[in-house]
Amino acid sequence: MLLQGNEAVVEGALRAGCRFFAGYPITPATEISEILSVKLPQVDGTFIQMEDEIASLGAVIGASLAGVKSMTATSGPGFSLMQENLGFAIIAEVPCVIVNVMRGGPSTGLPTFPSQSDVMQARWGTHGDHPIIVLSASTVRECYDMTIKSFNFSEKFRTPVILLIDEVVAHMREKMVLSDEEGVEIFNRVKPTVPPEWYIPFEDTPSGIPAIANFGEGYRYHVTGLTHDIRGFPTSRPDEIGPFIARLHRKISQHFSEIQMAEFLQTDDADITIVAYGSVARSAKTAMIEAREKGLKVGLLKLLTIWPFTRSAVEKVLQVSKILVVPEMNMGQISREVKRVDRGVAKVFTLNKVDGTIITPEEILNRITEVA
Amino acid sequence: MAEVTKLIHKYLRHDKKFPHVWCPGCGIGIMLGALIRAIDRVGYEKDEIVLVSGIGCSGRLPVYVDFNTLHTTHGRALTFATGVKLAKPSLKVIVIMGDGDAVAIGGNHFIHAARRNIDVTSIILNNSVYGMTGGQYSPTTPYGMRSSTTVYSNIEQSFKISELAVTAEAVFVGRRTVYHVKLLDSLIEKAVLKEGFSVVEVIAHCHTQYGRQNRLGTAVEMMEWQRDHAVTVEKAATMKPGELQDKIVIGVLVDKELPVYQDEYEKIRERSKAAAGR
Repeated sequence: MLLQGNEAVVEGALRAGCRFFAGYPITPATEISEILSVKLPQVDGTFIQMEDEIASLGAVIGASLAGVKSMTATSGPGFSLMQENLGFAIIAEVPCVIVNVMRGGPSTGLPTFPSQSDVMQARWGTHGDHPIIVLSASTVRECYDMTIKSFNFSEKFRTPVILLIDEVVAHMREKMVLSDEEGVEIFNRVKPTVPPEWYIPFEDTPSGIPAIANFGEGYRYHVTGLTHDIRGFPTSRPDEIGPFIARLHRKISQHFSEIQMAEFLQTDDADITIVAYGSVARSAKTAMIEAREKGLKVGLLKLLTIWPFTRSAVEKVLQVSKILVVPEMNMGQISREVKRVDRGVAKVFTLNKVDGTIITPEEILNRITEVA
Repeated sequence: MAEVTKLIHKYLRHDKKFPHVWCPGCGIGIMLGALIRAIDRVGYEKDEIVLVSGIGCSGRLPVYVDFNTLHTTHGRALTFATGVKLAKPSLKVIVIMGDGDAVAIGGNHFIHAARRNIDVTSIILNNSVYGMTGGQYSPTTPYGMRSSTTVYSNIEQSFKISELAVTAEAVFVGRRTVYHVKLLDSLIEKAVLKEGFSVVEVIAHCHTQYGRQNRLGTAVEMMEWQRDHAVTVEKAATMKPGELQDKIVIGVLVDKELPVYQDEYEKIRERSKAAAGR
């Protein structure tokens, strides 16, 4: 079937078991709200349009605590407003999914044009030291798959997951086959099996991920945005805060190999590797093919996981490539991370565009021939 | 142990580290007692209660009681409560807020939750000040009063929380003081039994901050002031606006019927399924 990126997000969310959506109208994410307002009630789910994005994420967190897989969708300005409750979902370890269809900024910026300028906001936008999982998509199919992944990761790791897509991917239409429906893996949160009096809601388990009880199922516990002890009660004891914050990081870092997803296209013999994500990865792929036709050994590393940054994938291409080119629709947010991993092993060249237009294959190809 | 104390202890979390954070003489404890007695009288199971709060002195209330408890971000308690209620309507959701919480930072959420008629009970402790941060003026600090950020006098007009709730179409709105404890017990009971968005405004004193800065005396003296300045809704109706200037109007301001959000949404579900089946 022919689907738009935003429509594929909706299909993925419903397939993953999402039954609650709260949001506020914003371009270019509005289609997700509109379609879910039609489809969620059909499957006994709930759609509500809140008074702003702060309220939207608040309602999403509340619904998730009551045991329902929940999500919201927004764009830059709304994502800015969500940073407050995003931090709450992180510290209180509440599974939920936030889709951010990126547009140009700062502020109201460029509502109907593509951008990738929220990469760092997704990583560091909310205050305090915290880990975060951020995924991306460059095709309509990936919008579907990565939405499911977002829900699975959020349920598995008890954490909010952000899906960053850009206006191009959100609004383009591609053919997509939903044939492997049976094979789709869906992860549901691990609930406690112990008697309620034994339940420790923020226990320091080997995996770093404690079981999560839903409200109303007999496990009465306290949820707070304050630093808390393993029972959930507020604490200011250094011997409790330290291990707690360390565990929040460990539950993600311990599972890097599972979380960090990337695709390698013809990188095995590549002198030059393009590192790209989102709609830019599409232009990069075309540029790669054209460069190969010209006899240049060019590969593509397509990032599907943005955060935690896929260090190992970059290290892998650094074993072969002497030049990395990082095209981005921002002033160089991921290229910094690439340089951080590279540490001078290869030369890292950027290609940045912030005028609301896409980066074309020709522009990437020109940059490659310039630096080759 | 007196029977009334035993009842309170039945609902406290005994594995929680006491003492609590509130100052001796604070009105929040009285409000908590009234809430527990009301819940006990109605006969709710602990498992079906979700107690949600925001930030501030009142925000610390849920942690002490043995319900499903949710201490959210400042002003946002009603948004979380909306999610909980709509995701699992069988839960009884009660929201505790302070005056700054409910009508300053959370003012937008307050009027919209009321307008939507979300089936939650909001209990707002109005002590006219930001107590926890050291006594700054709030949207309910009366004109002309002092606070640590209005040392020369407050020049802003104050919100009347209950009247705001009435205007925002809350289906049940009542006001009491912490002095009138038994009346407060019964008002909370009525509010939690009401289907739809119910509001209980609890007038309380902050002798530590607001009282000290305005030389209003001890906690007891401030509660005596509540006693002396409270007039019932019925009596207030017979008084002139000028006479009501320094009075607290107590009682039920509104008790009406409007469609409840979750019931209306159930109809939407049926309609959507019928449309999909066509």
